[in-house]
Amino acid sequence: MSEASLVGAIRSGDESAMAALYDRYSSLVYAVALRVLGDTGAAEDVLQEVFMQLWRNPAAFDSSRGNLGAWLGVITRNRAIDGLRRRRPETDIADVVVSVEPDMAGDAERARAMETVRGALGGMPAPQRSALEMAYFEGLTHTEIATKTGEPLGTVKTRIRTGLQALRKAFAE
Amino acid sequence: MSAHEQFADDLALLALDALQGDERVTLEKHLEGCSSCRSELERLRGDMALLALSASGPAPPLRSRERLLKAIAKEPRAQKIGAARRSSWTLLPWLAAAALLLVAAFFWQQSDRLAQRVARLQDESAQQQTQLERAREVVSTLTSTDALRVTLVAAQAPPQPQGKAIYVRERSSLIFLASNMPALPPQRSYELWLIPTTGAPIPAGMFKPDARGSATVVEPPLPGGVQAKAFAITVEPEQGSSAPTMPIVMMGAGE
Repeated sequence: MSEASLVGAIRSGDESAMAALYDRYSSLVYAVALRVLGDTGAAEDVLQEVFMQLWRNPAAFDSSRGNLGAWLGVITRNRAIDGLRRRRPETDIADVVVSVEPDMAGDAERARAMETVRGALGGMPAPQRSALEMAYFEGLTHTEIATKTGEPLGTVKTRIRTGLQALRKAFAE
Repeated sequence: MSAHEQFADDLALLALDALQGDERVTLEKHLEGCSSCRSELERLRGDMALLALSASGPAPPLRSRERLLKAIAKEPRAQKIGAARRSSWTLLPWLAAAALLLVAAFFWQQSDRLAQRVARLQDESAQQQTQLERAREVVSTLTSTDALRVTLVAAQAPPQPQGKAIYVRERSSLIFLASNMPALPPQRSYELWLIPTTGAPIPAGMFKPDARGSATVVEPPLPGGVQAKAFAITVEPEQGSSAPTMPIVMMGAGE
């Protein structure tokens, strides 16, 4: 079943479509939440919350403008960072729209995209990868990263930019 | 790269929400008037989304699946919104938000009818509370001056001004949301007009977009029960006008 028709089924209240989407994306959502929070109980709560939000408000995801896997990844990361920093959710899910190239609907495509991302990260110099991961998975600002690593602000900034560019390039090849 | 080189690093940080302080303010101001940097920011946000794929670990426990399926079975669906769907616009999220917004407005303004309304909407008080809190969150999100508002368009196309008007005639209730609105000349303001099926356009609120081109008009005073044919936007003096000054800068007709 295509992603668009699954989301359509969820819009009309089909619980089995929700189960199918859960089976497809729960590992991704859980992995992101666990990576950010480092606590299985808290990660399970975020997992539950993210899928409940999709159930309550499936219209927040516009299938014509990006793929659901990437969207769920961003929602999960933002929610988990909010939890980590103990702050109120700052962004409503309807405000987050993500447009990315790789298709993640099939298991094979998703596995290939994951491999590409991990390959790109693995190919980066360690300080660059670490700056990117601190910003993404720890929700740190560039000043916080600079303080933590003892590096100049400008270096941190450039590392993060070239890191994102390397990811883009990995998918353009 | 088409974006301005001096902002390249900061754009990447903004995509990750890792830019703070003066640099963020400066960049956001620049983004108002620079579509190539805005496009680059959208692309960087897409790149950022890919990072989620690098997380790996054990599968979630089986109990999580059961917990979710139990919770969705217990929770009745939100109101059906398919009837008002417009395929060419991304109206659905706004309609869902607007439905909640109307519920919230109703709660606040008509507390004497609260119990009756709530009973119709939801059976259990816990769910009522959840719904209300979500509605409040939606209201605060919609009206927050520091909310992140993102409109994505096809790659390569610069973001276009967009307005979305949601109007309930029976209650004379109107919610309007705009994005990517061009900045106004000094001492000018946008004015929203309700174009009735018969008669002259009716003023439906003044608004000025924020630094990022976003604006909202929530529940402007309107005469009762007017049937709307279309909505339009003009640029007017700050105090508003009683009749629209040409040209119409944006317009949209209902179904």
